[in-house]
Parts: sequence; C-alpha cells; structure tokens
Amino acid sequence: MRGQRRLGRGVAMVGAGMSKFGMFSDKDSKYLFAEAFHEMVSTIDKGLDPKDIDALYLGNFTNDFFVHQGHWGPIVSDLLGLAPRPATRTEGACASSALAFREGVFAIASGFYDVVLVGGVEEMSKRSTEEVTQGLAMAASPYEVKAGFTFPGVFGAIATAYFAKYGASREHLMNVTIKSHSNARLNPKAQFNVSIRDIMDQRIAKAKSKGEIAPTWGDEKEFLRDPRANPVVAWPMHLFDCCPISDGASCALLVSEELARDFTDDPLYVVGIGQGSGKGLHAKEDLTYFEATRYAAQEAYGLSGFKPEDIQVAEVHDCFSIAEILHIEDLGFFKQGEGYKAVAEGLTRLDGPKPINTSGGLKCKGHPVGATGIGQLVEIWKQLRGEAGDRQVPIRDLRIGAAQSLGGTGGTCTLAILERR
Amino acid sequence: MEDRPFNDISYERFLSEDKLMGSRCQKCDSLFVPPRSICINCHSFEMKWTEMKGKGKLVAFTCIAIGPPFMMREGFDRKHPYVTGVVELEEGARVVGRIEGVDGTRPENIEIGIPLKLEFLHRGEGANSTTFLAFRPS
Repeated sequence: MRGQRRLGRGVAMVGAGMSKFGMFSDKDSKYLFAEAFHEMVSTIDKGLDPKDIDALYLGNFTNDFFVHQGHWGPIVSDLLGLAPRPATRTEGACASSALAFREGVFAIASGFYDVVLVGGVEEMSKRSTEEVTQGLAMAASPYEVKAGFTFPGVFGAIATAYFAKYGASREHLMNVTIKSHSNARLNPKAQFNVSIRDIMDQRIAKAKSKGEIAPTWGDEKEFLRDPRANPVVAWPMHLFDCCPISDGASCALLVSEELARDFTDDPLYVVGIGQGSGKGLHAKEDLTYFEATRYAAQEAYGLSGFKPEDIQVAEVHDCFSIAEILHIEDLGFFKQGEGYKAVAEGLTRLDGPKPINTSGGLKCKGHPVGATGIGQLVEIWKQLRGEAGDRQVPIRDLRIGAAQSLGGTGGTCTLAILERR
Repeated sequence: MEDRPFNDISYERFLSEDKLMGSRCQKCDSLFVPPRSICINCHSFEMKWTEMKGKGKLVAFTCIAIGPPFMMREGFDRKHPYVTGVVELEEGARVVGRIEGVDGTRPENIEIGIPLKLEFLHRGEGANSTTFLAFRPS
C-alpha cells in the first residue's frame, strides 16, 4: 500500500444492539431489525432522536435468494421512519455488515454525514438445509462449487492442509468448540446458550426418560468423538465444528467524534479499520492462512497505531472451528502454526490472557450472515463498556477490542478496532 | 484452438474434449489454471493456451457427507461421502477437483502429498452434459 491510511476526522460508536439470534418461524427480517434497533436505542444514555440519523448502511447477503427480495436498504429505512434519507445495502457475503460498518465510518470521516446508522440482517431458517447450502455457495468460486465443495467442505480441506503442515488434529479443533459453548452458555442472546456438558446431560436425561440405555461419555471430547452425537459433515468438519443456520439482526450508531458526548458519556472510538480481498481456494499459494485477513489487519493496525498484543479482547469469524485458529494467527495474536496450541493451553478462554469469541462466536451465538459483522462489534461494545454480564472478561483496564469478519472462502476479510477512552 | 477466448467457457469446452488447459503469460511465463485473460503477476494481456500433462499431488481434501443436490443425485449421501480436494499439478498450478478411487468413509487413510493422475468425468447428455475434473491415485 502507498502511504499511511487515515480518517479525515474521528468516528465514535455511541450505541449498539442486536436481536436474539436463532431460528424463528414467527419473525421476519423487519421484525428482527426492529428488535436490534430497539436495543441499540436503549444503550444511548442521552437518547437518540431518529430524525438526526443522516443515512443508513445495511449489510445483507442472501435475502434475494431466501426471501426473494433484494432491495433491503429502503425497506429498513422505511421501517424506522428514516425515508427519504438515503439507505445503501452492502454485500460482502458473510462480512456484509462489516462492510456497512466501514462505509458508515468513511461517510462520517469524510465529513459528509454526522450521524449514521449501520446494521445487518439475514433471514435464513425458513428454507431447507439444502437450499441454504446452495444459497451460501453463491459466495464460493464457481470452480469450487463445480468440484462439489460446500462451505464446510472448503474449511474441511483447509483443516487437512493445516493438520499436515503443523501437526494439529481434530482433537485440537474440539478445544475451540468446547470453549465457544462454555462462553455462549453465559450469553442470553446466543442461539445455543448451553455448554457441551449441558448438551451431554440433556441427552443422558432424555435417554433415561425413554427407558433407553444412557450414553456414558467420560468427558466433552469423548462426546465430540462419538459419531452418533457429532456426525461428520465434511471431514474433518463435524456437526459441532460448524456454525448453525440463523436469523438475526444487529446495528450500531456512528457519529463524528465531536458529537459523541451528546449521545453518551461512554462512547467507543473507531481507531482501526481494515479490509482485504482474497483469491479462490485453487489460487491460494498456501491454504493455512488468509491473505485478505492479513491485509485487513495491516491496514487496521497501521491506522490505530496498536499492535496485535494491544488487543485485549476479540471476536473472530469462526464459521468453522478451524477458521478461528487461522484467524488468531493471521491477526498476529499467536505465531503461524501455533494457534491450536494457544487454544489447547486455554489462552483464548474467557479468563485467559487473550479472550476470543466471548459471545460464543458464530458457532454458538449464531451466524445470520449479514448481521454477523456488526453482531461481533456489539459484543466488543458490551465487553469494553463492562456490560457483558456473566461473560465479562476479568481483564483490568479493558479498553481495546477488535472484531474480524470473513466473507466467502476468504474473499472479503475485515478488521475493526475499538477503543474506550 | 489458439482462437478460443481465455475464459471459463473455453476451459469447460476443453474439459469436455478431455483436455485440461491453462493460460501462460507470454511476457513473464506465469501459468494459470483455470485460464486468466490478464496476468496477475505482470498484468500483461498476452496469453497462450497450454495443456497440462495431468500429473499432480494432493494438497488438501475433504470427504463430504452433506453435498449439493447435483452430487446427491449421483448417489452420494451421509453413508457414501464423496471426496474433493485441491491438487497441485506437476506444472506448478493448483486446481480443485473430485478425488476418485479413495474411500470417503476412511479419511484417515487418505494422505496429503499422494501422487495423482487426471481423469475426466462426463455426466449428462446433449445440452445438459458436463465434464468434471477429477483425479485418482496413480
């Protein structure tokens, strides 16, 4: 890149909210967004007059395919009574709302707008698993689709390359899953807010109540090794390595730095923002990292002046367990090829030195694709402001957090860094 | 052959003729499979077609139990997973393709790095015919 990245003026985040993530037969995209907006408004201590919102940027990936309606910007703008102010939809596959966030930051940093609403929404669960798989494959390269790759398949293949290069195994991926579930247990908004142990206990109780022989798993890993409990989806990706199909929405209010304290006494500042693009699976020189994430990280770290070791809490895009390991390496939290060891040592746990995916991650919080990027930032918002409840990380002087998103097979990757001052 | 545009339509037509073709940059000699019309190394637009010999090694793979409808129609399912992967050709380029002749229910027996040879799977007829790129252990 030529020269240093810079923002024309400072941008602050003064409110954030999300709907519950899950599979809802009785909630549509508009209702979900309203739920997220309602929570966001409640977080703005000094109040928000929606008439002050200059523009909306909305991330959405597949509603064209799943809901047969593609033009979501104005629908959400009308829902909130923002029309005729402008609404723009952003698409970056599973990173769609991370792009909405970035566009919102640019719109304010340029000086054009002062108050911008950014959000994301996705409605997936009313379709069959086959239809969702086919719809999401729209984000892969046509060569991968033709070769029979599914998204779990792409990440399965990446895992085999990582295992062969660094000596990791399925057992290491299980550490990611167990951690995600134990964090999600403490998150009431999560789709699966249960630990693996809770799931084991439920299954044992169910078997007993039916008069069947109860399974006897020694520990969580034994449960995850059991093909009846955890069947293969795309080897080595098993059911518990994969994020679910989800519905949900998220949003945040961005304002110029000088206006921040008109909205709240406790704003967060957007100090780093980065984005990269990547190639298809066959064109990558090495499958064990994402060059787009590395590029996004370089941009965001450069802008913020912070280094990987300065990031105190992070949400990363764990669409599949192996992805979390690659991301924590690509972001520089751990050395290349050592991410799996860090997870095994508990370094990324809620009470560890580098807590990752305190929300439960995409795996357990849920992954309504267009809502995910800002959904991750909602978690960082809560953590940095000390409002994460039972899952609040116990680090003292918590002030710097980051969220990383990935779209497709690494085609679009982003990193945002937030600071509390 | 030289007249065909460097795109996916030509690439697919070559596959249907049992040829795996890539494009080679006339300026810097970079090889691209599937073909590119613009060299991403030196940004030249001068390409020529080149045929791959069909030998390679396995770089990464997966055994898919839940596949898209077109694979399920071939008879694959949870009990009969298919294998697909990334293959590095002897010429240096990488491609994605089906891996035949290995047992998808025994992934632990499939080793990264094994030598593979190219084959073409012709499916469907007439306007619906498609050729899938595949490899099997050599």
